[in-house]
Amino acid sequence: MSERKFDRFMGTQKYIVSEPLKNAVNVAIALQRPLLVKGEPGTGKTLLAHNIALGLDKELIVWNIKSTSTAQDGLYIYDTVQRLNDSRFGDGDVSDIKQYIKLGKLGMAFTHSERVVLILDEIDKADVEFPNDLLNELDEMSFHIHETNETINAKHRPIVVITSNSEKELPDAFLRRCIFHYIEFPDETLMEEIVMVHFPEIKKDLLREVLKKFYLLRGINEFRKKPSTSELLDWIQALNAGGISCEDVSDEIPFLGVLLKKEADYEHFISKGAEASRA
Amino acid sequence: MFTNFFYLLRRKKVPVSITEWMALIDALSRGFAFSSLDTFYYLARSILVKSEGYFDQYDSAFEEYFGGIETSERFRDEVLEWLKDPVNRIELTEDEVTRLGWSDFDYLTETHQQKMMELRERRDGEASTFDSYDVDPERIRFGGTSIYKSALQVAKERKFRNYRSDVVLDVRSFQTALKRLRRLSRIGPEDELDLDATIDHTCKNAGDLEFKWRRARKNAVKLLLFMDVGGSMSPYAKLCGRLFSAAHAATHFKDFKYYYFHNCIYDSVFEDIERNEVTNTSHLLNTLDSDHKVIFLGDACMGDEELTMKYGAIYYYERNEVPGIVWFQRISDHFKRVVWLNPEDLSEWNHPTIKMIRRIFPMFELTLEGLDAAISMLIARY
Repeated sequence: MSERKFDRFMGTQKYIVSEPLKNAVNVAIALQRPLLVKGEPGTGKTLLAHNIALGLDKELIVWNIKSTSTAQDGLYIYDTVQRLNDSRFGDGDVSDIKQYIKLGKLGMAFTHSERVVLILDEIDKADVEFPNDLLNELDEMSFHIHETNETINAKHRPIVVITSNSEKELPDAFLRRCIFHYIEFPDETLMEEIVMVHFPEIKKDLLREVLKKFYLLRGINEFRKKPSTSELLDWIQALNAGGISCEDVSDEIPFLGVLLKKEADYEHFISKGAEASRA
Repeated sequence: MFTNFFYLLRRKKVPVSITEWMALIDALSRGFAFSSLDTFYYLARSILVKSEGYFDQYDSAFEEYFGGIETSERFRDEVLEWLKDPVNRIELTEDEVTRLGWSDFDYLTETHQQKMMELRERRDGEASTFDSYDVDPERIRFGGTSIYKSALQVAKERKFRNYRSDVVLDVRSFQTALKRLRRLSRIGPEDELDLDATIDHTCKNAGDLEFKWRRARKNAVKLLLFMDVGGSMSPYAKLCGRLFSAAHAATHFKDFKYYYFHNCIYDSVFEDIERNEVTNTSHLLNTLDSDHKVIFLGDACMGDEELTMKYGAIYYYERNEVPGIVWFQRISDHFKRVVWLNPEDLSEWNHPTIKMIRRIFPMFELTLEGLDAAISMLIARY
């Protein structure tokens, strides 16, 4: 194998990555393109960025996208109100516009003295035009501040991870620039590994019973929201805290509310699923 | 390299562009595929395919293009790796050792499968030496590095079939699509700081701060949904129900109204699914603005007379003086944007009444792609 100069992500102790995901991450790092991660809620999309940062020992900058987020927020904010206020009351040096320019998350990532991991979490929450507004910035890794006529160039191209719950379709031009990975729901073997990482002291028989129940619930197609990995982990924690034994889990499902979050799902399970689980 | 694979993907309707293809070639030239078809499968997929909706088409193209190629290198490497550990050699019988001759790689590869079988059997009996080999019939794991199914096996499985955007639709995907149905305009209370106006006024005020407020941008789209219920629509009830719940749950419409009809619209439409309460169609046309976006949801299949004849209604008591097709035309004339979503498969669309209705309304299939196209048409400006 040839020598590779770039950072290689190998997973971390707390986060199990599948081979394809690991490759996708490394390709994204090497080609210096943003990595777009999709997948069911609770499959660890956000955690991935945290663990890339951890695994590569880089600082993580989180930009949580909201429905009101604009691309400009990520670059910089010109605090005009503060400047107006200062001019009114004579505080601060109003002629120095620079001190009223506040860099956003993207700006922070660009100006950081080291290479950082930048996560744009839930990009689909923002307006449909949002990704388009960031095209150039992510491509060139630079932007211009009009107020000070200054161009911010990335000192070190950050490793960009973007997560999406596909609430909105992302524009093609944006997608073309990304590396894409869809996190599949883990199968039982991988799930066992994931649980073991989080609860190393869990008893084998309890784990088996828990996973059996969990995949049984996942198998019910009528659910509006199927329980996911993070809910499973919460559930095991609840079982641990409640001191529930393996037998109790095989008879019924304690703390069902941790797994099922929708009233309709809950009722559906109580009425129909209960028979199936006993069978 | 593999240029035909690129065109095959495009033929399979996977939207791959040259930029992405160049990125893949770049990645390949840097040796990311490690000369392995399996790694190549995921590498190419992550670079070329940008939505799980296209994974199935990718799988089918991959199988078509690379089908029949075996990755023997991997097996060989694994076996060699396995043999490096002297503990493993002990596990082989003397007979096996002589037969292998230690350097006969081809032979090793051939017997690899058989070896795996043996491993499995032994695993059942005693687990001591094979602790690091978590071997089960489904998944094979060597010394910590996981080996998933080979790329072709994965591709053949076509497990992403359900993600294909042109087949299955759930409430969420409808919601996603409907979210695009919006046009922002400034309405509501003045609660947003208008920075430019504030600066202007403050300057005019000789630097004395004066705040200016404006209305926030909100969605101005009004939606009107007509749904065909009962009869030939029953098989699609669930699908239509999902579209309805998505539209109903969407809070971003300024106004959302829905009515039911059976097969065709005449003098009145129904307010409930049981078809008890009625509203006059002409009343709707008189009271609703023409900028309502109208979606019809129905199979548009009915008897010719139901659509074109006076008194053609399927219910004898509904003595319609005006044929249904005239009502459709009136609706089309009144509202600026009307689309018809049809759950019937495109191949069934040569039905005579479908043809007639298509002449009045643009008709789309009730798939994610169809819905997207329909919504693009609804929000398009003139």
